[in-house]
Amino acid sequence: MITLTDVHKAFGKNRVLRGVNLTIPSGESMVIIGGSGTGKSVLLKCILGLVHPDSGMIAVNGEDAGTKARDAFLARFGMLFQGGALFDSLPVWQNVAFRLLRGSLKRPKAEAREIAIEKLRRVGLKPETADLFPAELSGGMQKRVGLARAIAAEPEIIFFDEPTTGLDPIMAGVINELIREIVTEMGATAMTITHDMSSVRAIADRVAMLHDGVIQWTGPIAEMDETPDPYVQQFIHGRAEGPIEAVR
Amino acid sequence: MSLLAPLAAIGRLVLLGLTTLGRIAIFAGETISHLLRPPFYPKEFGQALMQIGWFSLPVVGMTALFTGGALALQIYAGGARFSAEAVVPSIVAIGMVRELGPVLGGLMVAARVASSIAAEIGTMKVTEQLDALVTLSTHPMKYLTVPRVLAATLAVPVLVAVGDSIGIFGGYLVGVSRLGFNPAAYLRNTREFLEVWDVVSGLWKGAAFGFIVALMGCYYGMHSERGAQGVGRATKSAVVAASVLIFAANYLLTEVFFAA
Repeated sequence: MITLTDVHKAFGKNRVLRGVNLTIPSGESMVIIGGSGTGKSVLLKCILGLVHPDSGMIAVNGEDAGTKARDAFLARFGMLFQGGALFDSLPVWQNVAFRLLRGSLKRPKAEAREIAIEKLRRVGLKPETADLFPAELSGGMQKRVGLARAIAAEPEIIFFDEPTTGLDPIMAGVINELIREIVTEMGATAMTITHDMSSVRAIADRVAMLHDGVIQWTGPIAEMDETPDPYVQQFIHGRAEGPIEAVR
Repeated sequence: MSLLAPLAAIGRLVLLGLTTLGRIAIFAGETISHLLRPPFYPKEFGQALMQIGWFSLPVVGMTALFTGGALALQIYAGGARFSAEAVVPSIVAIGMVRELGPVLGGLMVAARVASSIAAEIGTMKVTEQLDALVTLSTHPMKYLTVPRVLAATLAVPVLVAVGDSIGIFGGYLVGVSRLGFNPAAYLRNTREFLEVWDVVSGLWKGAAFGFIVALMGCYYGMHSERGAQGVGRATKSAVVAASVLIFAANYLLTEVFFAA
């Protein structure tokens, strides 16, 4: 379970997070929605320790995220970055098996390669892809490789940062389905940030809306369409009029 | 108020310079600290050694060859004013190993390596690859900075040694073919006047310059701002800072090594 209590983060005078309170139960898929620049990525990076919150508490299964045992803490996470964030200098299989080739989870090279190829197969890529370099792949294939890397070490918690950005609707649908399948079969806790409503409907068990640095609404996906919350209604229907100020 | 504005601007510049210097010093300290603590990445170190050392050989060699030749011509022309043409071999040798070999070698490596390291790491930063490293339990300083800084610190003295030899050879070629020196006498003069400390001091300088070059590349790469412009600025700053610091370090080391 991930628990965020009164998390604040400012960059200079820009107060991005103004007291975020959120609980993500174990084994559930939480999707955070919100407009661009509302701090969704900052929130995710705070949990991972990539950005340090100014105040507040972030705990994973009761353990403080600011713990000194960072390696052991991070070994429980997998992350799919918005742009893939694949390492250009490494072939695809070494990207996927990166964690398995070094550190506490290190395996023999042949075994790591075998696991990488298996994970590539799981995300719909052929074994021949393993020896290509990221620059030789299409955007959709890069997302799949990023997904394979996120699940390679069988993490307890997986984060997805805008998983469908830059993809055509069909490929976005494929990635959404893959994420849903993988999260379900691994029993992992998932947190996705997106403003793509098709992703929300495909991936989420629960939805939280971040606006003005706080969680405006949270609830099960089934209740999202029915909620009277004006922020959620404006966002999910893409209306220009409403409490969320739209710059024209 | 308007009278004080120029002073305030100068003050801001000085503070900015001191802040940057402080940050670089902390970055250098962190690098050395990570250098001594596991995990180590020997494969990344090997790759950096090839990139920085082996692939810089042609550019350093060519620079040294032409510099040695030009130096021989200059010293001959200057020496002729007071009938001291015979000093060409010894001055070429001393000039190359003490000063020109390390400084020009360091500058060529700065141009080639500091820029490529800053561009590579800067691009990694803006495409979130550095964040990805952290989420994969890998410290970017250990994985990216330490191998490059160690490789440059070890490789540049070797490049300087090769450059020194090629530079002296360039002087020999010009001395023998253009200036009419006897080949055996030229080599004997070179050998007799050159002392071990001349060579060793140049190699120490090379190590210091290698450290500076890789450190600047990594520092500016890791502090790159977003977008193509940010990476471009990081690359330019890395080369400029490395070059200026090489000249400053060269003066300081010369004071330390040779001050009377």
